[in-house]
Amino acid sequence: MKYLYVGAMGEAGREAAMAVRERVAVEFGASVRPVDLPAADFAYDAARRQYASILVLEMLMRACPEDALKLVAVTGRDLFIPVLSFVFGQAQLRGRVAVVSLARLRQEFYGLAPSREILLARAIKQALHETGHTFGLVHCAERSCAMALAASIRQIDSKQAAFCASCARRLRRYPREQS
Amino acid sequence: MKSHWQILVVDDEEVMCESLATWLREDGYLVDTASSGRAAVEKSRQKDYAIYFVDLKMPGGMDGIETMMQVHRLHPQASVIIITAYATVDTAITAMKEGAQEYIVKPCNPEEISLLVDRIIKIKNLQRENTMLRKKLSRQYCVRDVISKNARMHEILELTREVSNLRSTVLIQGESGTGKELIARAIHFSGDRAARSFVVVSCAALAETLLESELFGHEKGSFTGASQQKQGKFEMADGGTIFLDEIGDISPKLQVDLLRVLQDRSFYRVGGSEEVRVDVRVIAATHVNLQQAVAEGKFRDDLFYRLNVIEIRIPPLRERREDIPLLVAHFVERLAHELGKPVTHVSEAGLRVLMDYNWPGNVRELENAVERAMVSCRGTNLTEEDFSFLAQNGQAGNTWTAPPEMTLQEMEKIMIMATLQRTGGNIKESAAILGIDRSTLYEKIKRYEIPR
Repeated sequence: MKYLYVGAMGEAGREAAMAVRERVAVEFGASVRPVDLPAADFAYDAARRQYASILVLEMLMRACPEDALKLVAVTGRDLFIPVLSFVFGQAQLRGRVAVVSLARLRQEFYGLAPSREILLARAIKQALHETGHTFGLVHCAERSCAMALAASIRQIDSKQAAFCASCARRLRRYPREQS
Repeated sequence: MKSHWQILVVDDEEVMCESLATWLREDGYLVDTASSGRAAVEKSRQKDYAIYFVDLKMPGGMDGIETMMQVHRLHPQASVIIITAYATVDTAITAMKEGAQEYIVKPCNPEEISLLVDRIIKIKNLQRENTMLRKKLSRQYCVRDVISKNARMHEILELTREVSNLRSTVLIQGESGTGKELIARAIHFSGDRAARSFVVVSCAALAETLLESELFGHEKGSFTGASQQKQGKFEMADGGTIFLDEIGDISPKLQVDLLRVLQDRSFYRVGGSEEVRVDVRVIAATHVNLQQAVAEGKFRDDLFYRLNVIEIRIPPLRERREDIPLLVAHFVERLAHELGKPVTHVSEAGLRVLMDYNWPGNVRELENAVERAMVSCRGTNLTEEDFSFLAQNGQAGNTWTAPPEMTLQEMEKIMIMATLQRTGGNIKESAAILGIDRSTLYEKIKRYEIPR
């Protein structure tokens, strides 16, 4: 039996990780388990004042339990890849690990009043998106699909926390034993 | 479909290269990476990338701009996006002047890079669609050539429409110049594969080994001269139609290979171990009698039956002479425009010469004859003098000499057999041509034991 592990990297992501766990269990039809993960401090880049998501993915690979179908991490830190100014998250395409950053999903980041509901809704969408990549899904042209490309917070908000029929079909065809 | 477009990311910093490549792969693109300008140029020789992301500052004597210039020499249509960490107006201007499509400063906003790639791909899709539509327009002109008064040709055109949306293999048989490729194009362009490629392969034109590589492609280094990986015609026709002309000329080995493709819709590139799957409709054509070739053991019977799912036999021009005036008028109209000649008509006597000629080279020969006559014509009418070259080759005219030592009955049998062959076995039509009743024709067929 393989499990889909979802864990917070440090205190900041705990509530979001719990909300994500409930949703991915439904969408991916897998047994979900919690996991304790270290905070992302080790990935800090002083020049960019952000956290390198590639280093986070490498750490997750090492921390991945043997019985893990996938491992999805939730962090409060602001992630980046070298060529882009930030990422909302990153995943190994058809791989085992993914990470979601809450930093730019918070209303406060955009100078607005905090909202727990909005943050959790966004975290769930982003977690479905990144986990979808680990199951081989690429960006979807259907804007409301969780797999639609979101390069801005507006695009995340215009998505739904579910896969379109076409992505859901692809997901069902994904060979689970490969993971 | 994004996956049709391939992207090459060029940066000496591996982490930079891989992170952008990963991000683009998540967007559904096929992405390769290169760690230097030289490596990028080498890769561009092997694959046709639609977009290049090239870092401006790279060591090793070849910077981003030099890399872009070399890539453009090989692929003028490629879009190059220059990436740099050092934003200065000067380098931006230089990059754009030298042909960069865009210029981005890293780290850049994900939305910006995504919009940029989307915009370029949209343009590339439009360019491709435009090229395809232009080709389609010019080919529809060809399909007009098929228009005919002949009843059998009408049956063929009807069948063409009926089978256009199927994936079944079609075998077109007919003499050289009867328009086998036009019928194949008509099938492809009136069906649901019209937006995809129609790839033509002349099997008679190439030696066995070359034909194998032409059809199935080859891997780099699979034989002397195979300096890079090459897509075969089957891969190029994926989603569309492949037209295998002169199929009767292929070697026994290729017959086996083709049989496998028709059965499994998959094959291996020459020197390759990876199975390539394709969705291709096969239309084959031949001027030789394949059934006879099967009987003589020159053509595999299992391949023949695979190819002959839908059979189309195009009659030679001499069996549909009523089409000659129609075709001549069409060629005169088109060639007058192409050659810049004020020719508008063919004289009655000129047309009689054309009607009486035997046309062993069929419609293609007729087209060439009209062109040759138009080149030398000085007026607005093509006369019998303009077609005098047809009489010179000894085939014009209907002068006929009775064969020695042949009985009237033998002659009658030959006449009936030839007429039946010409009408495709149609009794009513044959009787009308021969000027006898249908019942008389039946009686003579029985008496002479003519097979039908």
